[in-house]
Amino acid sequence: MATMFDEMHAGERTRAHYQGYERWLAEQPQGQMQARREEAEVIFRRVGITFAVYGDKDSGEGTERLIPFDLIPRVIPAHEWREMEAGLRQRVTALNRFIHDVYHEQEILKAGIVPKEQVLHNAQFRPEMMGVNVPGQIYSAIAGIDIVRAANADGSGSYHVLEDNLRVPSGVSYMLENRKMMMRLFPDLFARHRIAPVAHYPDLLLETLRSLAPQGLASEPAVVVLTPGMYNSAYFEHAFLAQQMGVQLVEGKDLFVKDRFVYMRTTRGSRRVDVIYRRIDDDFLDPEVFRPESTLGCAGLIDAYKAGNVTLANAVGTGIADDKSIYPYVPAMIEFYLGEKPILHNVPTWQCRKAEDLAHVLANLKDLVVKEVHGAGGYGMLVGPAATKAEIEDFRRVLMARPDNYIGQPTLSLSTCPTYVEAGIAPRHIDLRPFVLSGAQGVQMVPGGLTRVALKEGSLVVNSSQGGGTKDTWVLEN
Amino acid sequence: MLSRTADHLFWQSRYMERAENTARLLDVNYQAALLPQTPEVAMAGWRSLLSLFELLPAYTARYGEIDARRVQEFIVADETSPSSILNSLRAARENARAVRGTLTTEVWETTNQTWIEFRALLKSGLLARDPAELFEWVKLRSHLARGVTLGTMLQDEAVDFLRIGSYLERADNTARMLDVKFHAVVGEPREEPVLRRDPAAEFYHWSSVLRSVSGFEVYRKAYSNVIVPEKVAELLILNGAMPRSLAHCMGRVLHSLRRVANDQSDETLRQAGKLKAELDYGRINEIMANGLHAYLTQFLERVGDLGGDISRDFLI
Repeated sequence: MATMFDEMHAGERTRAHYQGYERWLAEQPQGQMQARREEAEVIFRRVGITFAVYGDKDSGEGTERLIPFDLIPRVIPAHEWREMEAGLRQRVTALNRFIHDVYHEQEILKAGIVPKEQVLHNAQFRPEMMGVNVPGQIYSAIAGIDIVRAANADGSGSYHVLEDNLRVPSGVSYMLENRKMMMRLFPDLFARHRIAPVAHYPDLLLETLRSLAPQGLASEPAVVVLTPGMYNSAYFEHAFLAQQMGVQLVEGKDLFVKDRFVYMRTTRGSRRVDVIYRRIDDDFLDPEVFRPESTLGCAGLIDAYKAGNVTLANAVGTGIADDKSIYPYVPAMIEFYLGEKPILHNVPTWQCRKAEDLAHVLANLKDLVVKEVHGAGGYGMLVGPAATKAEIEDFRRVLMARPDNYIGQPTLSLSTCPTYVEAGIAPRHIDLRPFVLSGAQGVQMVPGGLTRVALKEGSLVVNSSQGGGTKDTWVLEN
Repeated sequence: MLSRTADHLFWQSRYMERAENTARLLDVNYQAALLPQTPEVAMAGWRSLLSLFELLPAYTARYGEIDARRVQEFIVADETSPSSILNSLRAARENARAVRGTLTTEVWETTNQTWIEFRALLKSGLLARDPAELFEWVKLRSHLARGVTLGTMLQDEAVDFLRIGSYLERADNTARMLDVKFHAVVGEPREEPVLRRDPAAEFYHWSSVLRSVSGFEVYRKAYSNVIVPEKVAELLILNGAMPRSLAHCMGRVLHSLRRVANDQSDETLRQAGKLKAELDYGRINEIMANGLHAYLTQFLERVGDLGGDISRDFLI
């Protein structure tokens, strides 16, 4: 890897937006940071901010783990955020237009901008959604866009979108809890900086969900959060968001459908449900339409949905737009639907289904990152520079067996941020996931997002399932 | 409220209450064992405790001989025993976790923290070192959970289902305790009592029964008299002002049931009301004349049925 970009330091110099923090850090007495770190861990455990690791053996401690929380914030200057925000707004708007188009006129396919077979033969394409109208034509009401800053040859850095998460992006509860924790541990830091608040996210989310309720309701829309249950890895977040919004947290078995309307079972009989913020994948929503063995969803839900009697957020079928094989076309979508130049860059991507791209990827495996087109969570991917020869050769076989299942990208030199590790403070690679809310009244977001950090030295994989941690993310107001 | 949510609340408080009552009984037995007594009497005490929890067969199958330490270990920390304090606190915490969004942050954190700290205390060997302190700690955590619930939760049906769970459990536990303790000492009417001839032993027996329900001072206050078994039974069955009596518990259950009543709960309310009325108008001499054991057995059955009815009407 060539040059590095550090968020805090440019060579010997400390970047302007980190100088206040650095002065504060220098004033902290010996041992203070370690004491605070231990305090944070005790609090996170008591609060029960945990996630479950799949396939982990229960060691008596349960499968609940803490996501490591780093004390040193990731700081974004106001002007950078303004541009990123405009770029996110633009990108998510275009993606929603694309999904609507795919399930209606398919103009973009007719215009040859996105290859027809890439969409229509994609496992993420839901033919059930053809011609179905959703409120506000909003499909991905809650989007999480993964952004990284990569070093350029001249030592500057630029933001790239690594992937769009348009189905059930998670992590926003950590964004909120991290901020709460930082304010609790270091109140003086907040007095010394003007940090844009994020705590109103649940309000924006509720407003967004309510704005997407079916038309013509006689009373206030009943919003619920649908969770697969307490053993799901993101259960804490589901419970947290339901509580913060003051809505019911339901499981599939709490719901039933009668005459194409959805109801929940309560201690006082059944109650209509109008908007479902569902945190389960399409496949599990309705055993009558998708996986018949699923017990997480509710039979008849899709029928009620297609009748327009209930809103699902996100809509069914959004996976067609965040599939990694569609990702390379997002800049073209922005130009096609909005007539604008894309503000945020994509990462250059080789599509292994194309013969010449595959040849390039195969010839450069040791330098590239190769990902499954439908993969997520850092599973099933190859990071060439970090892999052994044997791992590369194993992966080569997997890739050649099903090239259309993979894309390749250059190994970006992700920016680093000082991080508190065993050996002291050291640079670690980070990314950023801002959460973008699209409702009938427009696009909204809170400043910043969730910063994830790869705690292992040199590692580029930030996923919590792969040993990543998180940081508080500050957008500094001028 | 979702029926499933109500169900989790009901069981959350029920398990917390069970943990507390188990700790109370263990504590009393442990204190009694510090008094001079024959090994037979001490053994009988631990045996009666096991049978109270319906654990005697499981214990004997595992360990055979009654041994004070082993019995405590078994009732407190056994992973396989569904009613051990360990498993009660685990179940309380798991139920709370399933509805953490319905609870206030304080209630959830108290329940979660109790579970985390209890395991740490077990690991530290506190049970062997100072059992009384561990039992006291469990009681305090239960008091804390109750106080935090009252002090922070919106007084809506969530609190009613929490209450119904804890008072049903408490009624059950008090009745079981009385049954076992009476049987051990007094026997049925006209039977030859085991310990009647030793006034000192009898005093310690009944005062320990009272202490297990925090009722020793209460008894003195209510009766200003020496401790006699009939009055102990009266206090714990019929005195509506005594927070751990059957009359009090059923009064609270009925009160909360009325607040959450729905279209299908008429019969359940009628049964609860009837049970409460019988306690309100009962006389201890009538109960004793007909046999306390029979009375308590029937009471336990009816409380069990009531739990089933509540589940059917509200929780499924």
